[in-house]
Amino acid sequence: MSKVDNQYSAKDEVASVFIKRTFLQRTFITLKKAPFTAWLGMTIIVFYLFVALFAPLIAPYGEAEIFKTPYAPWDEVHIFGTDRLGRDILSRLIYGARNTMGIAILTTLLAFLIGGGLGLLSAILRGWVDQLLARFVDVLMAIPSLIFALMLLSIFGSTALNLIIIIAVLDSTRVFRLSRAVGMNVAVMEYVEAAKLRGEKIGWIMGREILPNILPPLVAEFGLRFCYVFLMIASLSFLGVGIQPPTADWGSMVRETGELIQYAQYDITAALTPILPAAAIGILTIGVNFVVDWFLYLTSGLKDEQK
Amino acid sequence: MSKNRENSILLEMKNISIEGYSDEVWHPIIKGVDLQIHRGEVLGLIGESGAGKSTLGLAAMGFVRAGCRFTGGSVLFGDQDLTKMNENEKRELWGTKFSYVAQSAAAAFNPAHRLINQTIEASISHGISKTETLEQEAITLYEEMQLPNPTEIGDRFPHQVSGGQLQRTMTAMAMSSKPDLIIFDEPTTALDVTTQVNVLATIRNIVKEHNTAAIYITHDLAVVAQMADRIQVLRYGNTIEESETNKMLKTPKEDYTKSLWAVRSIKKKENKNKEKILTINNIDASYGSGPKVLQNVSIEVPKGGTVAIVGESGSGKSTTARVVTGLLPPDKGEIIFQGQKLTPNLSDRSKEDLRKIQMVYQSPDTSMNPKHTVRDIIGRPLEFYHNMKGKEYTNRVIDLLKMIELDETFIDRLPSELSGGQKQRICIARALAAEPDLIICDEVTSALDQIVQEGILKLLLRLQKELSITYIFITHDIATVKAISDEVVVMHNGLVVEQGMKSEIFSPPHPDYTKLLLSSVPEMDPNWLTKILSSKK
Repeated sequence: MSKVDNQYSAKDEVASVFIKRTFLQRTFITLKKAPFTAWLGMTIIVFYLFVALFAPLIAPYGEAEIFKTPYAPWDEVHIFGTDRLGRDILSRLIYGARNTMGIAILTTLLAFLIGGGLGLLSAILRGWVDQLLARFVDVLMAIPSLIFALMLLSIFGSTALNLIIIIAVLDSTRVFRLSRAVGMNVAVMEYVEAAKLRGEKIGWIMGREILPNILPPLVAEFGLRFCYVFLMIASLSFLGVGIQPPTADWGSMVRETGELIQYAQYDITAALTPILPAAAIGILTIGVNFVVDWFLYLTSGLKDEQK
Repeated sequence: MSKNRENSILLEMKNISIEGYSDEVWHPIIKGVDLQIHRGEVLGLIGESGAGKSTLGLAAMGFVRAGCRFTGGSVLFGDQDLTKMNENEKRELWGTKFSYVAQSAAAAFNPAHRLINQTIEASISHGISKTETLEQEAITLYEEMQLPNPTEIGDRFPHQVSGGQLQRTMTAMAMSSKPDLIIFDEPTTALDVTTQVNVLATIRNIVKEHNTAAIYITHDLAVVAQMADRIQVLRYGNTIEESETNKMLKTPKEDYTKSLWAVRSIKKKENKNKEKILTINNIDASYGSGPKVLQNVSIEVPKGGTVAIVGESGSGKSTTARVVTGLLPPDKGEIIFQGQKLTPNLSDRSKEDLRKIQMVYQSPDTSMNPKHTVRDIIGRPLEFYHNMKGKEYTNRVIDLLKMIELDETFIDRLPSELSGGQKQRICIARALAAEPDLIICDEVTSALDQIVQEGILKLLLRLQKELSITYIFITHDIATVKAISDEVVVMHNGLVVEQGMKSEIFSPPHPDYTKLLLSSVPEMDPNWLTKILSSKK
């Protein structure tokens, strides 16, 4: 007990326990304690990413390759059969992962760039900038987003780029709300005031002082937003204005194979065919949500309460 | 201690050990402490933060915070061992035999319920008595606690009463179930000195009258001297010394206890300097279109000296600092710094002007970005004002760390991995990194323990001598003013009450407000509170 030497020294003051660990060690400890659901979610996401990245290698046939028999039954040649044009369902499912997820990720990133940036700006500047942006966002949010997206897509045309931009702008309103709210809590902190007193520019205050402190809720929101964007693209594709054929996409696949469901009494596997792309969407959404839940648990105060 | 008292042990802790879990390891917080408390006795627990005072106080109720556990020893209440009881059995005792008064009453009350309902809530749920009886008793307690309008105050919501009144209501809440033991955890730390006196007096009376035992946890020695019959000094989870208050104050045995007692002994010889670095002329200021927070405030700050601005909360001390730094442009008046007029608005000031005036805040927890390491925090001004990079940058950061009596082992830590005093030192280093001419210290020591305060004050004095920096020192603590200042400004309700050299301000005759402020500062004399109260009558 060398510490108790009855002399005051600034170095010996009692702080919370500090153990020097590398980033890798910390990550390992966190992962080791992750619950089963989080592992399940992570496995699902990794699996999807793997499929998306290596689609051409995994898929037995090409994305738009047409075979002789439309609506072929499930067999060794076409594991999940073919659709009404005679395209291999399994191959299209695999390519669909790439297209749907790629567009969803790009859209979510763009939504966060727009919404997050403006939200933080609003939180720091306050005053009329904040009023203007916030009211504009209110107006955008007042219009049902699916109908609004349908309208804009029919005006500008259903290209992948338009799809990304339109959904990103519509979704950025939610991100704006969140980042403005959490950003305001941080913007009033004394360290932000100290940065202003130092004469820092607004970019530094946004990126270095506030952003690191609001990252946890934003990351969690990113996961959720990704799911919504994903579902939105799927619904738009289902309605026929989303990703255009022959590009494979899960939403439009549900629509294209939907009628098969009425043949359930003759061939149960045929009826399952439209369920497959729907399940692909559903499982990914659940997987992402499992991981987001765990992340929220880790970063919020809830963790300490339950120990 | 009388024979009678020896026999009436209410609670006894034997060789109690508690561990806390953090960062994946269990580490000891309390390392085998014995504690006894007799019926009707007030035991003071003192020590710096991290000594384990609060943990020990809560352990007396058989309670450990989340992430902590008992690892040895026993807490005997009568013939029951609280460490062996399950949660349900303990819950029967909590709120009936034991109650707890927290540091921040404002945070402990539910803002959505009326005071009286919260006062008697625990007693009702334990079925101690009927609601009407309890309400009547609560009103009597309010009366005893000298709350205004005791019959009506209970119908108010927490935000409708002042901090001092809330703290007294909380004590009434603790008394409601007529407990055997109350644990007071720094009940007056968050209050102004002038309010503190009244709260201390009422707490002391009520505990005496109801013959309730109490554990009084604080880091303020002068306060504990008024309240406690016996004092136990803790450090690093061990008992350093324990004896009766009078004996402890007169003849402390251990070096550590002596060093605690010596804290209030820093003295600085006042220097007079005709040359002014900063002059504030007839400033009026207000927030938005609200009422005037500052009225016609004029202050002169001599070069290389320290001006202390004293007053209670709401007196306009911090607003004055905000005006000087440019955060709040004044409605009228001017600020002259080094012979030149400063532009009122922060965003119009040059980088050089900003560099010359630095600020250190009251709470290092909120004034340092929790996601930045010590290197980033101290280094940013170096990079920003002096364009330092690479090796030069790192070396200068280490120099600054040494200047504040820390070393390079701290460079990669985050603020959460530092103690309160260390954090405040880092904040001072950040201000020094800019190489300023004037540092505004806004209550820099008031969130810290006395021994840590002393360390910080000594550091500030040393730095002033070495670097000839000027300080504006904003505080409500008179002892700090005596320790550090050359000149003193007393503020009240946005007005300057008095300004002059330290020796002039602290010697009579005083204006009424200065007199009240000075007389409210607790002294080490255990009879101080009694004297003050009798002189007021």
